[in-house]
Amino acid sequence: MANMKVNLKIWRQADPKAQGGFVTYENVETDSDTSFLETLDILNETLVEQGEEPVVFDHDCREGICGMCSLYINGHPHGPATGATTCQLYMRRFQDGETITVEPWRSAAFPVIKDLMVDRNAFDKIQQAGGYVSFNCGGAQDANALPISKEVADEAMDSATCVGCGACVAACKNGSAMLFVSAKVSQFALLPQGKTEAKRRVKAMVAKMDELGFGNCTNTGACAAECPKNIKLSNISRLNREFLCAKVSD
Amino acid sequence: MEENTKLAQPVIDSKIPEGPVAEKWTNYKAHQKLVNPANKRKLDIIVVGTGLAGASAASTLAEMGFNVLNFCIQDSPRRAHSIAAQGGINAAKNYQNDGDSIYRLFYDTVKGGDYRAREANVYRLAEVSNNIIDQCVEQGVPFAREYGGTLANRSFGGAQVSRTFYAKGQTGQQLLLGAYSSLNRQIQMGKVKSFNRYEMHDVVMIGDRARGIIAKNLVTGKFERFAAHAVVIATGGYGNAYFLSTNAMACNCSAAIACYRKGAYFANPAYVQIHPTCIPRHGDKQSKLTLMSESLRNDGRIWVPKNLEDAKAIQAGTKKGSDIPEEERDYYLERRYPAFGNLVPRDVASRAAKERCDKGYGVNNTGQAVFLDFSEAINRLGIDVVRQRYGNLFDMYEEITDVNPGELANTIDGVNYYNPMMIYPAIHYTMGGIWVDYELQTSVKGLFAIGECNFSDHGANRLGASALMQGLADGYFVLPYTIQNYLSDQIQVPRFSTDAPEFVAAEKACIAEEERLMAIGGKRSVDSIHKELGNILWEHVGMGRTKEGLETALTKLKELRKEFNSNLYIPGTVGEGMNIELDKAFRLQDFITMGELIAYDALNRNESCGGHFREEFQTEEGEAKRDDENFFYVSCWDYQGSDDNAPKLIKEPLHYEAIKVQTRNYKS
Repeated sequence: MANMKVNLKIWRQADPKAQGGFVTYENVETDSDTSFLETLDILNETLVEQGEEPVVFDHDCREGICGMCSLYINGHPHGPATGATTCQLYMRRFQDGETITVEPWRSAAFPVIKDLMVDRNAFDKIQQAGGYVSFNCGGAQDANALPISKEVADEAMDSATCVGCGACVAACKNGSAMLFVSAKVSQFALLPQGKTEAKRRVKAMVAKMDELGFGNCTNTGACAAECPKNIKLSNISRLNREFLCAKVSD
Repeated sequence: MEENTKLAQPVIDSKIPEGPVAEKWTNYKAHQKLVNPANKRKLDIIVVGTGLAGASAASTLAEMGFNVLNFCIQDSPRRAHSIAAQGGINAAKNYQNDGDSIYRLFYDTVKGGDYRAREANVYRLAEVSNNIIDQCVEQGVPFAREYGGTLANRSFGGAQVSRTFYAKGQTGQQLLLGAYSSLNRQIQMGKVKSFNRYEMHDVVMIGDRARGIIAKNLVTGKFERFAAHAVVIATGGYGNAYFLSTNAMACNCSAAIACYRKGAYFANPAYVQIHPTCIPRHGDKQSKLTLMSESLRNDGRIWVPKNLEDAKAIQAGTKKGSDIPEEERDYYLERRYPAFGNLVPRDVASRAAKERCDKGYGVNNTGQAVFLDFSEAINRLGIDVVRQRYGNLFDMYEEITDVNPGELANTIDGVNYYNPMMIYPAIHYTMGGIWVDYELQTSVKGLFAIGECNFSDHGANRLGASALMQGLADGYFVLPYTIQNYLSDQIQVPRFSTDAPEFVAAEKACIAEEERLMAIGGKRSVDSIHKELGNILWEHVGMGRTKEGLETALTKLKELRKEFNSNLYIPGTVGEGMNIELDKAFRLQDFITMGELIAYDALNRNESCGGHFREEFQTEEGEAKRDDENFFYVSCWDYQGSDDNAPKLIKEPLHYEAIKVQTRNYKS
């Protein structure tokens, strides 16, 4: 463990309509075994002691699975580590004395609520449009009556791993939600349970995505490169295929 | 048990149905009152929480035709902390043909809970466990499968069969996303209204019934009133009272404490689960502890050095775990509990780790850690197979500690040794919670509690992979039935106006309380007081408890409440916009009350059982010593009008018919 001091250049914005701006907090004391969010905690504790309002940011499980944390750190969603969310980022990834720039997700579909916190309700709305199998609880057949090959189950699991954090949208120059939508469409397109409604689902989810102001996909691949859960670009190919087939059969 | 009759007369009606344990649930369902479809449309239900219990209950009640108002503290229902459950979910499918059955799952759960759970509830849990797996597969949950396409299983602590279904190390995530998908369908259909970034502050009583809640919109900072025919809380456990736990940062017990203050009994608060396999603490800047899934104990072996000199050298940093050859290692769980080995229940594994560390055999710089080693598994199966099983956990461990457990570290006499993980017990889950009857109704009419926030099924210790089972059992298969028995006589009750004087008064009180907190104007931050609370609880109300320690804790907690009420400082404004410090202060106040409840209960229970270990009550071998003659009951704590008053104990005697109560044995 090594003690460190870092400068945090953080976007502060009082509310959705306020004009935001960067504020730099110098010489925040932390150490290499402390996480990045814990370093923000340290800063906040100091701010409270000084009678100032703490920096607001989203975070919850701090285990990389809830998808609540976000943050654009030094120009990358979830910071410099690959395959990890912000909460799993440790200070050993930074240099002593470094100035670290911290911004909220920037996307028309994710308006800032306060400081580094954004509104990702659009993701819920896309899921509500069709991200489910229409099955009422009760009366399911025995689970083993529907064999699913290990390969298919594993591939569906890889798609289902998406945590819905929004890094893909934040990374995309067009603000496209294609990786997020394609992960859910893929999970259900791969599994037999999802096939019955596959056409309706893909059309409804894509229509909702377009309606909510997400941009178009131009295949730059930034989303997959920055995804903390390594969701693959092939999901987008599958989404396009599913969408095309559904449209053709209209 | 004959002795039960000597206990205080039951003043509590747990509404356990008549008949043999295996027929109770069937009988109940056959004779309970139902609500017809036209009447369901007239009834509103508030569900607070969107974890496995809350989301499954909200979606299922809506599918049945009720109108549901569903609240979550995060920005989306998908983020509830159930999502972080790693290992799996139990069910009595017996797909492995290894002798499993509903009875055996029931028996293992009761025994795992150290004979302090209600028999009838646990049997029902085991009974519906199979339906849960069927339901989740139907939703498209991608469980792990064998090459032949059937579902795969693994083993968890406290069982000698393989009955745990899983989806990599992300089972909670996949089950929660399944429940979230069903919930989304009902939101789309207009049957569920979803309120995100809301926090419940109080339950509103009209007459003697719960009729609504006051919730704070965390973005606007304003309180809002919500009325319904019944209120269901599914708000999780109280582990964060200890400050450091494996719980998520927003996990809190304020909704449960609000119910407790309105007359809902708080049951068995002393039963706190300390999970044996967490990443050890590393300093005072830490915000939470990270769990390493119990599934690791399928292939990982837990050890400390046999020789004190080796332990000292490791603590000093002059030796590493991989420098210690096989014959110098003490696999103490395998040594002490040959029949279950590394898969003993969590309470047993945690105490055994503490015992070794207390004797000086701990293996990190603080001496508060033991090794979890995969060398044997990697040598037997190859790194690829091991990584396939635990790869994401290895990666998580490496990200946090900078050590890769899959990396070859040393070869001694031709044997390969890989970097062991370091682990130590941490607060993880709370078996205690709001008291509920067989119908999951609290002691307040119209108020129900499901999932971790109730006390019902795990007794004094929860087995691994049983929390997901219980949350989903309550939400999908139990509450949607039992709540109808209550609602059937509410069909004539018209909707309540939120302008009713009870709602107005409740909201006023919430506003006044926030203004009081803001006006304290002291010097200390919320977190600094919370850390102090955590230290008191971990030291005196943690893994090993004594009468003296608990009395000290109660004195210190009273002082801490005084400090909170006189020296707290919250920046910002009240009632306009977001104030995260104010929200934390509201939760901390209830954590202090919760800490006292845990201490009162632990002080009363003069025995050791499950997660509650009183050092005065142990066998010569250091095992927990239960006292069935005097403590074979559920402790129900009744609020006495003020947080400053000690709560009153009411006992619900336990009655076992199907299982013979005996000493837990994991040795043979």
